[in-house]
Order: sequence, then C-alpha cells, then structure tokens
Amino acid sequence: MSQEAKPDPVMASEAWEDPLTERLSAAFPNLHLSFGKFRDQAFVSVPAADLPALVTYLRDQEQYDYFADLTVVDYPAMPERFELVVHLYSFAHNQRLRVKARLADGQSFPTLSGLFPAANWLEREAYDMFGVTFAGHPNLKRMLLPYDWQGHPLRKENSIIAMDNDWVKRHLGIESGQ
Amino acid sequence: MTEHPLTEPAMIDHLAEQEIVLNMGPQHPSTHGVLRLVLKLEGERVKSVECVIGYLHRGVEKIGENRTYAQFAPYVDRMDYVSAVSNGLGYCLAVEKLINVEAPPRAQAVRVLFAELNRIASHLLWLGTHALDIGAMTALFYTFREREDILKIFENYCGARLTTHAFRIGGLQYDLYEGFEQECAKFCESFKHRIEDYEKLLTQNPIWQDRLVGVGILNAEDCKRYGVSGPMIRAAGEAWDLRKAQPYSGYEQYDFDIPVRTGADSYDRYLVRIEEMRQSIRIIEQALGRIPGGAILAKVPKVLKPAPGEVYVSIEAPKGELGYFLVSDGTLHPYRVRVRPPSFINLATLEKMAVGALVADVVAIIGTIDIVLGEVDR
Repeated sequence: MSQEAKPDPVMASEAWEDPLTERLSAAFPNLHLSFGKFRDQAFVSVPAADLPALVTYLRDQEQYDYFADLTVVDYPAMPERFELVVHLYSFAHNQRLRVKARLADGQSFPTLSGLFPAANWLEREAYDMFGVTFAGHPNLKRMLLPYDWQGHPLRKENSIIAMDNDWVKRHLGIESGQ
Repeated sequence: MTEHPLTEPAMIDHLAEQEIVLNMGPQHPSTHGVLRLVLKLEGERVKSVECVIGYLHRGVEKIGENRTYAQFAPYVDRMDYVSAVSNGLGYCLAVEKLINVEAPPRAQAVRVLFAELNRIASHLLWLGTHALDIGAMTALFYTFREREDILKIFENYCGARLTTHAFRIGGLQYDLYEGFEQECAKFCESFKHRIEDYEKLLTQNPIWQDRLVGVGILNAEDCKRYGVSGPMIRAAGEAWDLRKAQPYSGYEQYDFDIPVRTGADSYDRYLVRIEEMRQSIRIIEQALGRIPGGAILAKVPKVLKPAPGEVYVSIEAPKGELGYFLVSDGTLHPYRVRVRPPSFINLATLEKMAVGALVADVVAIIGTIDIVLGEVDR
C-alpha cells in the first residue's frame, strides 16, 4: 500500500499566464507568488503568512467571492510537509482558482474563518484529520472524530491497519485480528 | 396554608433567567440520521446551536488512498446514499479529467438520464421525510411510491437500488436494457401528474405555510460567505447551477431552466426543489429522444496510473456542489482523495439560521437544508 516511506511526488504543471497573474504580481510585489496550471485548472502558491492578504484581495478586488473548499495534502518527505489547498470560485467570471500554501509540521496557518465563515468547519476538519493548526480560529476542536481520539488519521504515517490495531488494543485490551 | 415555593416572586424571576441546554439526537427521527445538536434555549427560543457530527465517519478519504482508482469507485456511493448515481458521476468525471479521457456520447447521455432520475429520487425522499417532520404524514406514502419506480429502473439497469455503482471510469459498464426507454417515458408521463398531487397536498396548505414561510432565512450574501450551494442558494435568488454554469456530461445540449426564488426561506427551498423535479423530467424526456448510438466505454488502460498532478472537478448533485479533489503521484493509488460534500458545508449554516428560531422550527430548518449524514460525516 501507499504507507511506506518514499519520495514525495513532483506535481506536473505548466505555466499560467493571464491578466490575473499580472495583477496579482503587481498587487503583491514583495511576495513570492508562483502560478501554474494543470488540465486547464489554474493555481497560485503563496507563503502561508500572506494567505489571508491574498484571499482578501481575491475576494474584494477580483470577485473570487465563493469559498468552495479547503483541505490539506500531506507530503511527509518535504521540509514543509503540509500543503493547504483552498478552492475559490467567482460568480462574476465563472472561474475557479486554487490557492495553495505550505508549512512545516508544528507551525500554524493563519485562519481564513474571519474572511469566509465557510472556512470555520473546514479548518476544524483539516485540524482533525491532519493535526494542522489554524492561528486565530475561534473554535479549533475535532470535527468528525471523537474528542478523545488519538492522532490524526490522514497523516501519511498513520496506516489503517496500525490505527485499527492500536484502537482495539487500547479499548478492548485484545490483539486485533487484522 | 403554606404558599407553594414556586409562586414566590424571587423564584419566578430566577426561572425566567434560566437558560436550558437541550440535547437533540444523535438518535432523533427528525435529524435524518445521526446528527446531534446541543441547543441553548431561553424558553422556546434558540439562543445558540452547536452541531456535533461524525457518528457516521468511516474514513472514506483514507480508504481512497489505500485503493486503486477503480476500486474506490463503489465507496463513493456510500457517502450520499440517496443519490449514489451523482456521487459516482462526480468521481468518474474527476478521474477522467485526471487521465484526460472523455466518455463517449452515448455514455454521457445515459449518465445524464440516470443522474436526473436520481435527482428526482433524492428530492422525493427529501420531500416525504421533510413533510413527515412537519407533521404531514400523507406525502411520504406518495413520494415513496414514485421513488420506488425510479429504484426499479436502477435495479433493472445495474442490479442495485441504492448504492448503484452505475458508471465506470471512462463511460459505462452496462448498456441500456431492453425496454428502458418505454419504462422511463411512462414514468415521466405519470410523474408530471404526481407532482401536481404533491403541490395540491402541500403548496397552499395553511399549516405547511405557517411552518415554513419566513423560517430559516439565509440571504444570498450569507449563502456565498458560507459556501452554500444547490437549492438553498437558488432559493435565495442566485441562479447558480453547475449544470448551466460549468456544464459537464453534455448538459449544455439540453433545454431546461434554473428555478429561482427570492424568499430565501424554507418554503422557497421547498418550491425550488419541486420545480427542479419538473425540470429534471424535461431533461429526461429530451435525452430519451436522442440517445446516440456507439461505444459506451472510452479507451481506458486496465491498470490506471495517472500522471502526477491534481484536479478539482465538481458537479451539481441534488444537494449542491459535490466536488472531488484528486491528487495523483503517478502510482496505482490516489495520493489524496478529497470530497467536497455539499451536505457538510450547507449544514454549517444551521448554527446561524436557527438562532432566534423556535425549537420546532429547528426541525423544519434541518429538513430544508436537506442533509444526508453519510455525506456529512463521510
């Protein structure tokens, strides 16, 4: 299965040039923004600390006013292992845009729940599943798993079998047959 | 005669100030599964709500990382189990986008047919159970009768009624069965009259209106901020339907309207869903007349190893925008499968809508959000 250690994948992407990328580069001259495209889907990567500024700009100046989704992808072999992925949508342009930011384990992403209430539950879910924290989140506790659950299942080092064995041992005091 | 302590003025004041914490669910008939709510009440008024979810969490996204792309397809049916066809359609489209394959025209038309039948089945289940929550029992028997017709069509097609696994990556596994078109046309014809019956039962019914009009208002602005999609945002005046906005599976070929209301309350959500069923019938009738011939499955490698990359593909499921974010690392297994569940994101608005409402209204509001806990918890 996919649990053993191996190098993290390098995602294919092509250059994305658009009036929007120029406006973003002009609006944030001091930030290292990188743009890309895969299968006609555009994305922009931003340093994690500047994520709220970029999302605010996209919402207020570029009409990306719909917060479709927020999630995390775990790349354990990289120094900045967690990649936050936000999907924005613009009703006015009928366009989607993916915003990404990376951080190492133990660091906190700035919360987006103040900008979009939709982020509130989604960040809680990301915390629950990955142990990623969000600074400034009003209510960062587990979303789907029980409050006394140990660990964060979507981290790559946690395999289904190991989690099952551990749970059975702790709660039933027997060896799991798995 | 001694006075009853409760009639002491001090006692009454104390009671008036008291806030009651009421636990509702997870086993409660009107929470449509295992949703637990912690309500803070002042008398009959709700001061705040907290949703406690996860009772049906099965780790679908983790399972996805441990299965091949094709093996994971049946699992998605178990999320929103009343509209399994839509779940499967979204997943197949996402993998097809990742491997850059398009389903043949015949497969696309069949997919539209089944997705729309499933939309009707999902709305019927919603209508019946929602009416039951409000105390109108009759509607349930009518809606389940019609839903049964749809489930029989599913059964004839692929052998399953609920968790259909109807589609395959790249198209379809089964071609249409003998007599499908007649059966479908017959259903459409009779269903038009059935919708009239539901409306006669409910739309002008004063009790129905009293329970729904002005209850659970969420305006378009808030809908956008909360990421709400589907009938809820259309009942708030936003004519946004992904079948029109970003057509997939050939939806651009069909002539249909997006029902929109502006009241943004539970009643308008009901009207939007009723009208959506009519529009689905329109789409089905158009599709039946022109199912193209030809192959039903595109050329897809037996062993799927998509090139490394990530895609986000979303469709208009009966409950709203159902999105799949797939990350491939070039191996047999998806590196990450993320499901953007419309029920989960729409449910978050309950914590806003229910504030100030009566306890009985909370039931009506949960009903018109239209959640399925299998999808909320995954």
